[in-house]
Amino acid sequence: MVSLRVNGQEHALDVDPETPLLYALRDELGLNGAKYGCGLGQCGACTVMVDGQAVFSCVVPVLLAQGREVTTLEGLGTPEAPGPTQRAFIKEQAAQCGYCIPGMIMRAEALLRRAPHPSDAEIREHMHPNLCRCGTHARILRAIRRAAETREAPRTAFAEGGR
Amino acid sequence: MSAALPRRGLLAGALVLAFALRPAAAQEAGGPVLPGSLKETPELDAWLRIDAAGAVTLFTGKAELGQGVKTALLQIAAEELEVPLAAIALVTADTARTPDEGYTAGSHSMQDSGTAIRHAAAQLRQLLIERAAERLGRPAGALRAERGAVVTPEGTRLGYGDLVGGLDLHRRARPGSPLKPAAAFTVMGRPVPRVDIPAKLTGAPAYVQDLRPEGMVHARVVRPPAPGARLVSLDRRAAEALPGVIAVVRDGDFLAVAAEKEWGAIKAMRLLAAGARWEGGPGLPRQADLFAALRALPTEDTAILDRPAPASAGTGAREMRAAYTRQYQAHGSIGPSCALAQEVDGTMTVWTHTQGVYPLRAALAEMLGRGPERVRCIHAEGSGCYGHNGADDVAADAALVARALPGRPVRLQWMREQEAAWEPLGAAMTTEVRARLGADGRVQDWDYAVRSNTHNARPGKAGDLLAATHLAQPFAPSPPRAIPQPEGGGDRNAIPLYAFPGARVMHHFIPTMPLRVSAMRALGAYMNVFSIESFMDELAAAAGADPVAFRLAHLEDARARAVVTLAAERFGWEPGAALPPGRGRGFGFARYKNLAAYCAVAAEVAVERETGRARPVRVVAAVDAGQVVNPDGLRNQVEGAIIQSTSWTLFESVDFTPDGVTSVDWSTYPILRFKAVPERVEVHLVDRPDTPFLGAGETGQGPTAAAIGNAVAHATGRRMRDLPMTRERIKAAIGV
Amino acid sequence: MIIAAGIAALAGVGFTALAWEPSIDAVPPPVPGAFAPDLVRRGSELAAIGNCVTCHTAPAGRPYAGGLGMETPFGTVYATNITPDPETGIGHWSERAFGRSMRRGVDREGRHLYPAFPYDHFTKVTDEDNRALYAFLMTREPVRATAPANELVFPLNVRPLLAGWKLLFLREGPGDAADHGTYLVDGLSHCGSCHTPRNLLGAERRGHDLAGGVADGWAAYAINAASPAPRPWDAESLFFYLRNGWSASHGIARGPMAPVTANLGAAPEGDVRAIAAEIARRMGRRDTAPNPGPDPAAADTRPATADSQSVPPPSGGDPTGRAIYAAACANCHEAGRPLPYGGMHLAGSTAPRAPDPRNIVRVVLDGLPAAEGERAPVMPGFRGVLSDAQMVALLRYLREAFGQAPPWPDVEGTVREVSAAPPQAAYPTDAVRSGPSDPSQRGVSW
Repeated sequence: MVSLRVNGQEHALDVDPETPLLYALRDELGLNGAKYGCGLGQCGACTVMVDGQAVFSCVVPVLLAQGREVTTLEGLGTPEAPGPTQRAFIKEQAAQCGYCIPGMIMRAEALLRRAPHPSDAEIREHMHPNLCRCGTHARILRAIRRAAETREAPRTAFAEGGR
Repeated sequence: MSAALPRRGLLAGALVLAFALRPAAAQEAGGPVLPGSLKETPELDAWLRIDAAGAVTLFTGKAELGQGVKTALLQIAAEELEVPLAAIALVTADTARTPDEGYTAGSHSMQDSGTAIRHAAAQLRQLLIERAAERLGRPAGALRAERGAVVTPEGTRLGYGDLVGGLDLHRRARPGSPLKPAAAFTVMGRPVPRVDIPAKLTGAPAYVQDLRPEGMVHARVVRPPAPGARLVSLDRRAAEALPGVIAVVRDGDFLAVAAEKEWGAIKAMRLLAAGARWEGGPGLPRQADLFAALRALPTEDTAILDRPAPASAGTGAREMRAAYTRQYQAHGSIGPSCALAQEVDGTMTVWTHTQGVYPLRAALAEMLGRGPERVRCIHAEGSGCYGHNGADDVAADAALVARALPGRPVRLQWMREQEAAWEPLGAAMTTEVRARLGADGRVQDWDYAVRSNTHNARPGKAGDLLAATHLAQPFAPSPPRAIPQPEGGGDRNAIPLYAFPGARVMHHFIPTMPLRVSAMRALGAYMNVFSIESFMDELAAAAGADPVAFRLAHLEDARARAVVTLAAERFGWEPGAALPPGRGRGFGFARYKNLAAYCAVAAEVAVERETGRARPVRVVAAVDAGQVVNPDGLRNQVEGAIIQSTSWTLFESVDFTPDGVTSVDWSTYPILRFKAVPERVEVHLVDRPDTPFLGAGETGQGPTAAAIGNAVAHATGRRMRDLPMTRERIKAAIGV
Repeated sequence: MIIAAGIAALAGVGFTALAWEPSIDAVPPPVPGAFAPDLVRRGSELAAIGNCVTCHTAPAGRPYAGGLGMETPFGTVYATNITPDPETGIGHWSERAFGRSMRRGVDREGRHLYPAFPYDHFTKVTDEDNRALYAFLMTREPVRATAPANELVFPLNVRPLLAGWKLLFLREGPGDAADHGTYLVDGLSHCGSCHTPRNLLGAERRGHDLAGGVADGWAAYAINAASPAPRPWDAESLFFYLRNGWSASHGIARGPMAPVTANLGAAPEGDVRAIAAEIARRMGRRDTAPNPGPDPAAADTRPATADSQSVPPPSGGDPTGRAIYAAACANCHEAGRPLPYGGMHLAGSTAPRAPDPRNIVRVVLDGLPAAEGERAPVMPGFRGVLSDAQMVALLRYLREAFGQAPPWPDVEGTVREVSAAPPQAAYPTDAVRSGPSDPSQRGVSW
């Protein structure tokens, strides 16, 4: 049995500890966000966060994910209440087939959590490991910029408004 | 229309729809032609149904590929039928439920399905109004349809649900429809957010890969090391002994394994592969000899344009010629192909991201040796396919495993390496062009030849499914066939839209295929437009003319002139203006298939002299797609085409040795990543309300390639005639 | 006292006299066509051999325009702009001024240059070759760019003191090389700049030529008789490696060596063969015959299982490292894909046999980034996935399974040190030459 903490919840999974995290997330927990793109750590469709760091879940065996905080797309928001980064992507309509976008969102999220005001060059450099085949790159970059701008706003409003 | 229609190869009557030569048996003999797919499926209730509660269901034979077709079709139906978009349930591509619209391909969705739905919805709206008129004893002209109800001038509303009772919608559409004028649109023509995006960005199930029915098993296929290899021995014991393995399936050279868990299936696949011994191989040419090998193959030659040179040509004329090449390129779908199949009571159901559920069903039925009524294909989305990728083949693989495990849903996922090594490729092509420039600086005569394999090996027949060719009783692949004009395959867009006094275009169709090829976005248009537009620039330079002005001087089609002018203007194209060192600008234009959307592209490219690295900095496009249904969706598609074509043009070629394809993953087939994305990509739309829809999904590929090539030439003074124009090639052209 | 003061004064005067170099007059920037194409071409070849563009280009900067910061034990030195820009580059440099900079490490205005610019090697370059290099550099695209000021602590930022360094350590050339290979290795190729250990004053230690050094945080393995390669190099395998950036039974060029092999891939074959033959000689290979004996990397039967089913068990001790390797690494490194892609089998890699594991730690943490539109090995990084303790366990297993040598000392310390360093992305890894796939590898059936 392998224990994983995913999106804040503990799970005990009956899987071979060598199983890549990707399959545990998709098949054992029914989480659709992370996708199989290559299984080789080359395309990023499987990107999730482990302790806030963007990683390729296809090359992380569950045995290395034990005791760590795993965050998937589903941990950022729900279809009814998407999170700020997801909202930014939806607003920019930053998707064509959409298959790569959850990985993009996770990678962007990891960047924005540690560097809330990245430059365009920093965004491009950071997103380099993730592939998009439909050519949605320009919208993805716009969505990340929008997410960076809108992340701050709610916090500020809250601090000023509520006490 | 400017270009003369070909005298040869012209089929009388309506356009021949690519890939879908279904008999128009539904067409009433001698009657007027019904618009769009109504021609094959004239019954209104094949497209739209309304139940007693007023719930509307829309049916289309087309599939969502990520191009936004679901949203666009919903917009059309919502507009003409006057119901809120959110109130319509959409059923796509399902052999048990939807019309047969062939393949979602060739940029036909709006022209075929959109048109049919628009007319059907408008006619249904009229029928509902007439029914309400009957019921109320009012003239129909006094009533109007609004948000799911027929409304009287006084405001009385009769909901559609109350009106459908007894209304027989199983009736043929009429030839004419009361279409809404564009000025009255409230939904069509608006940038309605895509209905499928929120689910995809929040983890709700959206793809075939997300299906998880009860009792599902995971399967993997083991392919030969290369095409032509035969299985000589198999030791399956290790694979079978792995815990969780349910079955090893073998039929001739077809090998697969099913397991309870996905990782177990992958491990079993590897063990099975390790236990297999193969012999033989493809005997491919060396990649360095590819074009010599292609040029040596026998061809079937067709003159698709034959306009003799004018008698006056020759005086003061200057002749120029050029030849171009294109390597094999891959679809490279980001998600390798996947299918779910289940055999229940002798009926095989397959959830598949194929582009054509009906042709696939026919092929699967033939492969399984049963009638098509015992096979059902339901479209479920995959990642972008950009044409004929592994989707149909994996469906066949899944069906074969499902047949061996009746009752159990079998999810078979291709590995990345399998998708790369086995997907049908975009064909390698060569083109040659020769033209005569008169003393007046205009083209007098034009001679163009394109050499290519087929661009359509899609199933309809079992032999076009990979697994079927590996069975103990194998099916033979269909003989390669050319797609006739005006759609064309390798000769798509080989006929220039320009008004040249004399012009001849030859299509040298090569049946023998060294590598497996089929349809890839834009088909031959990518290479033909690149060739034609590159050569137009060379001619312009020889004539001392600005490239944009030169094109306008030869374009009579007013809509073509409009997109060329708009793109140049928005780009800030200044004839003769100098750019900083290392920068160049280039232009490209085409009307996709000479009958779909118009697209002009202007690009500014930076070329680093020391390394040969080219990066488009700014790309500006203008597109005329007729009546625009969703402007944001259209922009999204064209932006995507521009960026994808940039990747093809600068980077992409499939590598192979005599033993097989060696481009098996993203390290061996690199594509564009974020650092190479242009700083600005702009798409400007020319809206043509109340004109027919023109397919735009593939219109940007060719013009972008040409714009980049022409910009590189402008920056470096060197012509790049071989695709892809890699950094190494550009550096070699520049020299030290 | 007076005598001591006098001697000190004389020494000071003598030293000042020694340290002073005259300024050479500025010349007008050259016009296009001023140099014969053949000379420029030879210059480009020599520049590839000398790897000039790699140090003189900042990350994402324009070629030869300088700006790359080089970390030394004394602080950061920034490479200068050597494009022919008149204001910020060497556009006003005469050929004589350029030759002096190579021969004596002095710029046009007479300032001493820091030996981060390896003039202790370039001094050996002949006047004829310098002329070609000059022709090449003066025909590059001028770029207006000023490198940041060096960050060195006093008194190291006092340039005249470099005269003292040169007095101790610079053997002015060109000298008389035994053959072309020696000429290149000791001169333009400046292999020793990375591959020779340095003393406290930052000079290469005499008598320890090519005995191993550190370059930008990466270990540059010994390429003399102490080479740790699993299978001894010979002239042929070295030639292939220098041309292509990889060798199935030796390893793959990473870090600062990657651009070196990318450049050598474009240099003339004869020059690269000469370098390879000389290095082979320094390793103690007396002849150029191919290495006898079985090749450990080719000996395996190419297991396609690529996970714990194929991974050899550890001979003893903690099984954690093996489990990590089997689960996270074997998927690619046991897959038998044709090199240089897909993960080389570590039995053929020098890294597990090296004196310390720093190179492995770097690669495991940050992976190998994809090159722009070019074929190159791509590897994901495992920073954040592997804890320090897990990394240590993995390294212990790799040493035991593939290094077949006594355990590394202080693995924990190395891991801590390398993890703390900023993620390595200084050198563009574009154009790691993709050679033809190894013909001895049959296609893997998936």
